[in-house]
Amino acid sequence: MILNVARKELKSVFASPMGWVILALLQFAFGTYFLNGVNEYFEVMSGAIRPAERTGVTSFIGQSVFGLASFVMLFSVPLLSMRLISEERRSNTLPFLFTAPLSLTEIVIGKFIGLVSFLSILVLMIGVMLATLNVWADIDLGYLISNVLGLWLLVASFSALGLYFSSLTAQPVVAAIITFIALFGLLIVDRFLTGDDATVVNYLSLMHHFQPFARGLIDTADVAYFLLFILTFLTLTVRRLDADRLRG
Amino acid sequence: MTTLTVEANHLTRIYGGREAVSNVSFTLSKGEVLGFLGPNGAGKSTTMKMLTGNLAPSQGSVKICGIDMIENPKEAKALIGYLPETPPLYREFTVDEFLSVAARLHGVTPKHIKAAVQRAKERCGLTEMSNRLIENLSKGYQQRVGIAQAIIHNPMVVILDEPTVGLDPIQIRDIRALIKELGGEHSVILSTHILPEVEMVCDHVQIIDKGKLVFNGSIDILKQQRHGNKLVVGLSKPPVNEELLKVKGVEAVETLENGLLRIRYAAGKTPAEALVEAAVKKGWGLHQINPDQTSLEDVFVQLTYQDTAAA
Repeated sequence: MILNVARKELKSVFASPMGWVILALLQFAFGTYFLNGVNEYFEVMSGAIRPAERTGVTSFIGQSVFGLASFVMLFSVPLLSMRLISEERRSNTLPFLFTAPLSLTEIVIGKFIGLVSFLSILVLMIGVMLATLNVWADIDLGYLISNVLGLWLLVASFSALGLYFSSLTAQPVVAAIITFIALFGLLIVDRFLTGDDATVVNYLSLMHHFQPFARGLIDTADVAYFLLFILTFLTLTVRRLDADRLRG
Repeated sequence: MTTLTVEANHLTRIYGGREAVSNVSFTLSKGEVLGFLGPNGAGKSTTMKMLTGNLAPSQGSVKICGIDMIENPKEAKALIGYLPETPPLYREFTVDEFLSVAARLHGVTPKHIKAAVQRAKERCGLTEMSNRLIENLSKGYQQRVGIAQAIIHNPMVVILDEPTVGLDPIQIRDIRALIKELGGEHSVILSTHILPEVEMVCDHVQIIDKGKLVFNGSIDILKQQRHGNKLVVGLSKPPVNEELLKVKGVEAVETLENGLLRIRYAAGKTPAEALVEAAVKKGWGLHQINPDQTSLEDVFVQLTYQDTAAA
């Protein structure tokens, strides 16, 4: 049943040209960065004579592409997640889901999976794009996998947060703005408190937990952080929808 | 009893200290059509939301075919089809797409989806609209899509909140026929403002006012109330009322504003024949004699007004 809800969400994204346009535009941006990265790599490396100055092609290009991707997702996820529940609220379609033999948890997880699978297409495309380097170079597969996993977890966390804010309001635009502000705050919160690495606030920053993945390090603590982050906001969303039913 | 499809026990819903629905209880058996009447804001939609699990009752319980809505919501909801006040439609989908989604979410098995969609479309007269975007359909057709999604999984109980709003007279007739047809195998609950509609399609009527059930019974009782024991008689040379009271069966006489007389009689003993006879014999100049039908509207107003007066 969860998958049926997810399927409905995906269908809804692709029912209008919007889904395709977003995919195409973002892919274009990532592709451009990828190409530039390849060109720059040759320029920079031809100037680098000492072995210590040389870096691998995977991390050189990966850094710029994944850096861009995490930044672009900050803008695109709120725009995609805003509709999930607020649009249903606005056009009075929530009773349709509430009357179907579905639990609230199934509805929320279904919607979450729907959005994440759409975004996974992008993440996967980036991964495949970088993997094509393997045709003429020996790439660092571990680095690539850790980056793809990190980006995917980051995007999933963004989606969970977006889903929650979407459940709070009947205005998709309001949901998008709040989500964006919240995500932006969570990303840069560690910038405000530089120096003291051990503060609790730093630990809340999404970027703080994304950095290890970007360096090619998969730390279970970071994976757990992202999973807990997702779980928290999905639970909050279920609670919010339940409040609808209880308080009307 | 397995034939009971809907049981509502002491449903109460409190909104911010005010009781929107208070202590509503009723049962519905298989094959019955229940009409829900009431002025605006009486609590019809709130009751329906509680029946379908869209709203949790503050007190009381709902059972669908013996399954408790609060304890086993999934099993209970599988037996219900619901059309809310505003039809829940995903406007970016075509009719076919939307109905397939509805079928899938209501647990229709994949290989039966196509047949279910086809059947629902035929029943609601949507076959020619299959590939149209719901967004571009007229209000009446959107309403029909709303009804189609409510019956797509062949539910035991169909709950329709004002199903004929926005339809043209021919569509209304079709939908009424459909409701009657549904009433054969399923139970139907519908709310409406249109009183003749209730008379046409419903077996049972409930009148709800200010959250309270003021009338609950079979349509026949309401009809009886409507065809009260009264005659309207027009006499060009009316005698004094005492003369009329002497006619066998007449219990009371009152003069109406337009010069006609309203004659009340004991139930089942119509004095029509006796009156005509007397009128001819005594030369009262009878020119009109009719059973006096209070309109359903009057009955409705009476019932809801009584409640206000009592309170």
